[in-house]
Amino acid sequence: MTTNADRVEVRPGVYHDSVSLMRVSQALGSRPGVTLAVVAMATDLNVELAREAGFAVPPAGPTDLLVAIRAGGEAELEEAAAELERQFAALARGAAAGGAATGEMAPRTTRAVARVFDASLVLVSVPGEHAFAEAMDAVEAGLPVMIFSDNVPVEQEVLLKRRAAERGVLVMGPDCGTAVVGGAGLGFANVLRPGPVGVVAASGTGAQQVTCLLDHAGAGVSHVLGVGGRDLSSAVGGASTLAALAALDADPATELIVLISKPPAPEVAQTVRQAVEGLATPVVTALLGPGQDDLTAATEKALRALGLPVPEWPSWTPPEPSAPGEGPAPRELHGLYSGGTLCAEAAIIAGSGDFTDFGDDAYTVGRPHPMIDPTVRLEALERASGVVLLDVVLGHAADPDPAERLAPAVARAVGRGASVVVALVGTASDPQGLGRQAQSLVAAGATVFTSNAAAARHAASLAGRSR
Amino acid sequence: MTMSMLQGEPRVITVGASVLAESLDRQAVPRLGVEWRPPLPGTSQALAKVLADPRREAANRTAAGRLTSARPRLVAARPAREVLGLPARTFLHAGPPIEWERASGPMRGALAGAAIFEGLAANAEEAERLLASGGVRLDSCHHHRTVGPMAGVVSPSMWMFEVADDEYGGTAYCSLNEGLGKVLRYGAYGQEVIERLRWMGEVLGPVLAAALELSGPIDLRSLIAQALQMGDELHNRNRAATSLFVREIAPSIVDASPRHAADVLRFVNGNDHFFLNAGMAAGKVCADAARDVPGSSMVVAMARNGTDFGIQVSGLGDRWFTGPAGVPDGLYLGAYGPQDANPDIGDSTITETTGLGGFAMAASPAIVRFVGGDVSDAVAATRSMYEITLAEHPAYQIPGLGFRGTPTGIDVALVARTGLLPVVNTGIAGRVAGTGQVGAGLVTPPAEAFIAALTALGAH
Repeated sequence: MTTNADRVEVRPGVYHDSVSLMRVSQALGSRPGVTLAVVAMATDLNVELAREAGFAVPPAGPTDLLVAIRAGGEAELEEAAAELERQFAALARGAAAGGAATGEMAPRTTRAVARVFDASLVLVSVPGEHAFAEAMDAVEAGLPVMIFSDNVPVEQEVLLKRRAAERGVLVMGPDCGTAVVGGAGLGFANVLRPGPVGVVAASGTGAQQVTCLLDHAGAGVSHVLGVGGRDLSSAVGGASTLAALAALDADPATELIVLISKPPAPEVAQTVRQAVEGLATPVVTALLGPGQDDLTAATEKALRALGLPVPEWPSWTPPEPSAPGEGPAPRELHGLYSGGTLCAEAAIIAGSGDFTDFGDDAYTVGRPHPMIDPTVRLEALERASGVVLLDVVLGHAADPDPAERLAPAVARAVGRGASVVVALVGTASDPQGLGRQAQSLVAAGATVFTSNAAAARHAASLAGRSR
Repeated sequence: MTMSMLQGEPRVITVGASVLAESLDRQAVPRLGVEWRPPLPGTSQALAKVLADPRREAANRTAAGRLTSARPRLVAARPAREVLGLPARTFLHAGPPIEWERASGPMRGALAGAAIFEGLAANAEEAERLLASGGVRLDSCHHHRTVGPMAGVVSPSMWMFEVADDEYGGTAYCSLNEGLGKVLRYGAYGQEVIERLRWMGEVLGPVLAAALELSGPIDLRSLIAQALQMGDELHNRNRAATSLFVREIAPSIVDASPRHAADVLRFVNGNDHFFLNAGMAAGKVCADAARDVPGSSMVVAMARNGTDFGIQVSGLGDRWFTGPAGVPDGLYLGAYGPQDANPDIGDSTITETTGLGGFAMAASPAIVRFVGGDVSDAVAATRSMYEITLAEHPAYQIPGLGFRGTPTGIDVALVARTGLLPVVNTGIAGRVAGTGQVGAGLVTPPAEAFIAALTALGAH
């Protein structure tokens, strides 16, 4: 009775990044008559997934492109195949746009591009096991580099930073999600007003929370320099933190530095403290962890240091909000986060509950970050009950409309009797529109806060764990 | 220190996820994207180790610097017996070492021809029996500061060009070119082949030697640079270089031997490839100057014996890393076709190793009709080689690319990262011993040779 038609194809030597291919798969999969579409690099994982789905995949390797489409009939399959070619043509046009400046074959290494393009910075986001080569090219070319890639071995980070120190260049990352340099938002970056605050951050979402709250309060930033989550470990020794502090101290536009740091290894803490004391620019340090100020409190400290008033942080309440103590108390509390630091902050404030960081390396091997692809987190939301606490992070490179898929799932959860609380990290200028996202989530029944700490406190009180 | 990064307009190189690049485009930040792709399968770990080697960058700068700054000069012509100290019953051959059992048709044909030429056998059958029984010691030319085109067989009585490097003091050798068609280097061993070799030993070699003594050394670096600007790529097209060579040496040939001058000049002039062998010795002396730099991932030899394609790497001493030699893709003479072609053979890839040949194809629009394709393919081939090389040659320039230096100094790490293999221009030998040349074309080296070298470098 099945009239399913399969098309399986391996294209040797064709490469596109996983996010681009995921979009192609999505575009094909959403066509009428198409039941399944896998367009991915033929890694062991992807080949296995396609085979499990019943596709007869010929031998292929990670440098080959795998196309596997299943449709209701031959006609639908043909149309999907034509759409595939249109999608690839669009990707090729996109690549050509970036390579047009030289008018020749697009170079395949950072080293080769650096020879023909007078760059000030390199942004590396290839899979982690391959990031070292590109970052090393940047360092050897004397260019600062932001390594967005995660899963980069720590010994490679140490080597890169050692080499970078010799060259006097800054390495941001690995696993640096956010930076703003000279007004350019790199990675996940919010649209921030320009201003006097320079940020050095070991945490991308931590920096986004602080800078977005500063923006709500009318304070702008000069630069946001990420250093990567492991920079203050004893292995890495704070190399990038020290370099970033020095750079901001020398920057005439920066009047106040906010240092967002994980609790450093003791010997590193000493080094960083000495460096901070030696700076001409005042520094507000936000240490992440139990017993420390939360990010909101640290932002308020920075505002006071600037002599600015601390506003009431924006929040939105649904017409019929869940009240504390509603239903049997205590209720379960589930934190479903895309930002690691926000997740940890919320867990500390809530005191208990089960918290998952879907941006953790364990969830992102061979898969885009949840800020880009919400699928895995949405699945968890569909199962959740009790009180559910989520973060939604706006800005460049993030999901262009997170509420579109999230709001219906929130409405279903609220319909099941769950209470949903959202920490919405973004600014009024972000492409997704802070107000529009908030309204959409509130209409679905969520309570929305721009302060993650406030969201966590509210969620805890709903769960009957008021603090 | 990082002040410059925070000042001025950001200009970004993006490598990786297109979503991050698009976001910069939406912000109107100037950027250029890397056309990144995963490295050759199985090379990630070795690549990380090689790239982490603190010696690599300086070592490669040294190796590429030596390769491009050596100053080869043609100084003499002498018999192999004399200059290489080749004992009787020792023959050299092209490519990595190979024994008779694994040798291909043209290699066997050339070895047999050399045995007949040396008087060790009366005919091909006797010669093959002698060679099969191990009666002649075989070794790779590259082990003796020597290179040889195609089969590259060198026997003690053959005459050699001697090329000296004034910069680093090295010396290298290559046999004299026999011409095209039925010739020993393509595996032919008939009567006319042997007779030509005799004449080359009795007349051509001694006359060239006497002429070079009169003329003094000929600057090959400058001659090659000029030939590139006259449309040669110095591997499959040597017409300009040969003409320049004749112009340099002709008066001395006449002075040295009025009796034989006309014959010698007619022979040299009648063979567009005559210069190839001098150019190869020049390449060898430059590449040898770049050997043995600890930590360097630069290729110092690419060579084929008709069965294996082998490479040597500066930081890895004299070790060979091999893979199966491929069959060139090209055009065939007369009625010959791909079924007649032997796998890739010869040391002439020393030209590509030193930034010439396939790497300089953009300089040689005339070659593309010979090896198939059109001019834009030649330009694309040269451009792609900049991706895998460490330097641009300061003297070897390509007028059509705005006098950009040719891509020089292949880095095995860059080959693995880009998946781009060296572009090689080559002649095609017939697979049956005794046939000779059947065509010419392009060949792709086996990736495994480069992967094996990278892996060894990573384990070093």
